[in-house]
This record gives sequence, C-alpha cells and structure tokens, in this order.
Amino acid sequence: MAAIITLSLLAILVLYLGLYKAQKFLLPVSLIGLATAIGFLVRDWQLQAEPAYSGMILFDHFAIAFAILCIAVTAVLLLLIKGYFDDLSHHLAEYYSLLLFSLTGAILVTAYHNFALLFMGIEIMSVALYILVGIRKKDFASNEAALKYFIMGAFSTGFLLFGITLIYGASGSFDLAAIRDYVALGQLPMMFYGGVLLLIVGLLFKVGAAPFHFWTADVYEGAPILITAYMSTVVKIASFAALLRLFSYCFIPVSEFWTPLFLVISGLTLVIGNLSALVQVSFKRMLAYSSISHAGYLLFALVGSQDVAANSLFMYVTAYAVATVVAFGVLIIVKRTTGSDHFEAFNGLSKKNPLMSLLLTVAMLSLAGIPLTAGFIGKFMMFSSLMSGTHIALLVVAIINAAIGICYYLRVVIAMYFKPVENEQVFQVGINYYLVFIILGVVTLLLGIFPNSLLQLI
Amino acid sequence: MENIVQNLQTVPLNHYILFSTLIFSIGVIGVLIRRNMIIMMMSIELMLNAVNLLLAAFSVHHGDSSGQVFVFFIMALAAAEVAVGLAIIIMVYRNTKSVDIDALNKLRW
Repeated sequence: MAAIITLSLLAILVLYLGLYKAQKFLLPVSLIGLATAIGFLVRDWQLQAEPAYSGMILFDHFAIAFAILCIAVTAVLLLLIKGYFDDLSHHLAEYYSLLLFSLTGAILVTAYHNFALLFMGIEIMSVALYILVGIRKKDFASNEAALKYFIMGAFSTGFLLFGITLIYGASGSFDLAAIRDYVALGQLPMMFYGGVLLLIVGLLFKVGAAPFHFWTADVYEGAPILITAYMSTVVKIASFAALLRLFSYCFIPVSEFWTPLFLVISGLTLVIGNLSALVQVSFKRMLAYSSISHAGYLLFALVGSQDVAANSLFMYVTAYAVATVVAFGVLIIVKRTTGSDHFEAFNGLSKKNPLMSLLLTVAMLSLAGIPLTAGFIGKFMMFSSLMSGTHIALLVVAIINAAIGICYYLRVVIAMYFKPVENEQVFQVGINYYLVFIILGVVTLLLGIFPNSLLQLI
Repeated sequence: MENIVQNLQTVPLNHYILFSTLIFSIGVIGVLIRRNMIIMMMSIELMLNAVNLLLAAFSVHHGDSSGQVFVFFIMALAAAEVAVGLAIIIMVYRNTKSVDIDALNKLRW
C-alpha cells in the first residue's frame, strides 16, 4: 500500500517540479521515487498477506512480483525518455507525471481485491494513456491513435462494468473473497454466466486478444514509440495479472464454462497475430502484431495447469517485456536517424553499430523463443503447463505459430547483418540507451541460462 | 408522492435487468454504427448509465449500499474520461476540420 501512496505523491511532486522549471531534477527524482516504491514492496514481501482497507487491496506475493516488474519496466523506460520528448514541448514534467499516474493505476490493477478497485485501476491506467498516445498534437497518426484508443477503451470499460454489475446482481458483493465463496456454493443463475462473459470481453479488449484486437495495431503504430513500448509492456503485464487473479482465484469452480472459450480465443489470437505480423513492412507494426500473438501465449496461463500458472506467466511477461523494451529502444534510434520505421531502415546496421545490432538480435531471439534466452524459458513453461492440462490441439497450433514467429523476428536480423548499407547516416546513440540495452541484454541471457531464481518466486 | 414510491418498489427486478440491457445494447449499437465522434461518445455514456441504473436496482434488491457507492465511482471516472475524450476530439477537429470518424484513415495496412 505504501508503494501506491509513494507513486501517487511522486507523480504530483514531479508536476510541481515542472511548475518551478526544475527540468534537470525530473529524472533523478522520478527514479528515486520508483526505487522507494520498489523498496516498500520488497519490505511487504515478508509480511502476512491480508486484504487491507476493508478488503479493497491485497499485496500477496503474486501482486508484489507483478507490481515490481511494472515499476522496473517503467524505470527503464524513463531512462530512455531523456531527450525523447524535447522536440515536442518544454513542459516535460507532464510526460513523466502522466506515466507515473498510469503506473499507479497499473499497480492497483495487479493488487485489487475488489471489483471497485479493478475498475478504478483500469481507468486510471487508461485515462493517462489516452493523453500520452495523442501527445503529438499536430500529427495525424497520433490523433487517430488517441481517438481509437479512447473510443475502444471507453467501449470496453462499458462491457467490463456491465459484467461486474451482473456478477454483483447474482452474488451481492464486489469483494473477490465473497464472490469466490458464492461461486463455490454452486447453483449459479444465468445472470452470473452472462456477467463472466461480459467481463471476459472487457478484459480481452484491454489485453488486445483476438477477436478484440483490431484497435491494437493502429494504436501501437500511431502512438509515440516510447508510449507504445509502455503500452505493450506495463499495461499488458497488469491486465494479464488482473485476468489471472480473477479467474484462478474466483472463477475456478466454473472453469468448465470458460476454459473452452479461452482455448478458442488463444488459438485465434495466435494465428491472427502471427499471420498479420508476417506480412508487415513496418517494424513498429510488426511489433504491434507480435504483441497480439504474445497475448495468445500468455492466455495459456489461464487454460493450462493452475499450479504453475502464476510462475509461468511471470516468467513469460518478464522475458517479453525485457525484449520488447530493447526492440522499441533500438527503433527509437533508427527512426530518429533515418526517419523511417520500416525494415529497410535497419539495413546494414551491424556494420555501423555492431553492439546495438547484437543486443537487438538477442532481444529478437528472446521474442522468438530460441534457447539460452529468457523467451525460451517462458515459452517452455507455458507449453509444459498446457501439456499437463491436456489441450493438445492448442499446443499443436502454438508450436506451428512459434515457428512462424521465428520467420518475422529474424527478418530484422537479416536486414541488419546481410543487407548492404544504404546510407551513411551516423547513429547518435546516447549513453543512457547503451546502458539500458546492455542491462536488458544481460538480464535476457541470465534468465535464459539460470531461470531457477524466477521459476519458484511466487 | 408516497404512492409513486410504493408503486416503484413493486416493479420486479427482471424488468430493470431487461430495461438496462436494452439501453446498453442501444449504446453498443450506437458506437458500432454511428460515424460521428460526438454521438459515439454519447452512446458510450448511454452504456455507462445503463450500468448505473442496473447497479442501483441491484443495490436496492440486495439491501446493500455498496452498489450505490459504485455508481458514484462510475460517474466520477466517466466524467474524467469524457474530459479527456472531448479534448482529444477537439484536437482531432483542429487538424481535420471534421468530427467524422472516417476522416481518420491514415493507419491502414
């Protein structure tokens, strides 16, 4: 709980720093604040987890692990933000504080123990992001992305709320523990099942799983790259944590109702995400579709064996987030230098900047799930949990899709290493970018080689 | 007045559920088929208000006040959302001089 208070106060403090024109303190203060929040969460790890504030919030190991991951990813993105928005406006503090507010919402979403807090968390997370997506006010693509994200976000919130309301109507409570007890009793009315269905629709909109994925690619493409990186990592991590907490904690007794649904959605998401990613010419849009296909893999946590679900989900999102941040970070530099985010912009990058190409290659291999990287361990965990759940058909679909994935992830590697240099522009890479890339590259390899530290975490 | 309140309390819960579902569906259809951004936003408000009505009905049915408190949460956050949404629509209008959603067609593959 102290972490949430720290983050909200930090966001307000950062706004005041902007008011008093203390631009150079923005980044240090934000990072110190995020470190403090992580410190509070680590301290809570040993404590007995009990729902606090009239059962509103629960910081158990599951919530703490996901919250720390969200904060760490945001801290890394803040390191990249330096110099990124300088050309846009002089009021840099707004970007920092909007990101921090959004992060606060994400942490509420990972730690909720009451539907009221789930709704509030999702809204706090999204409303700040609507602004950030449209932050390039003169840019048509950014405008369109903001409007689409807003309409789709508000639309899905409507479904989520109707679902919550129907469940409230059936069970008479918003509290997860009370609903769990109610579900365990059996004899559920139709209204309850309707509520679960609408809740699934609302949450799947948020995570961008097919058939509710159509907004994802457009929004991810139109938003500023750094915000896209935030959306495809932190928002996704938090939404999946919410989804898993809800279904593995509350709705397990009715799993025969929703498991087939998730099996179909997961397969559909994989096929649509991967096949669309295969035909893209833009690296950014390819990453958007790849994030849809990763949502498909992440859904395995819900349908697979529940004993390892939390750990395998955590492993997968860690690997995915680390690799995605590197990919978007390299894209920022390439886009800034060449003005394009197509695959051709990467041609011959390895000759001009061997270190960056190497680290991007590691990230791509991790996303594709090649052994010795964190992505492989994540995929392995997901697939093995699916195997024990005896959903072999989905497993076959997933393995075919993993193979398709390798094709499009390696396209950028081929462009970097085997295509001739097209132009002689020099890449200006800040020291902060190298720092982030090297740390994340090392994390990817370390997790790939010594995964045990994370596998038993939750 | 007393009479009206008593009569209202005899309305069965199912009617509220049907009524709210109807309003909610009108909102959903409005978002899906209308092309005017302002009307799409109004449709979204309609969806949220259908939810509010149903929450109040359930709250009375269960004799539990938390449903009505939830209505306040929804109202407050919907207001915040509309503030941001209208700002986005104004931003789009300044660039395209139109509130038609089809004026935005840059992001296609």
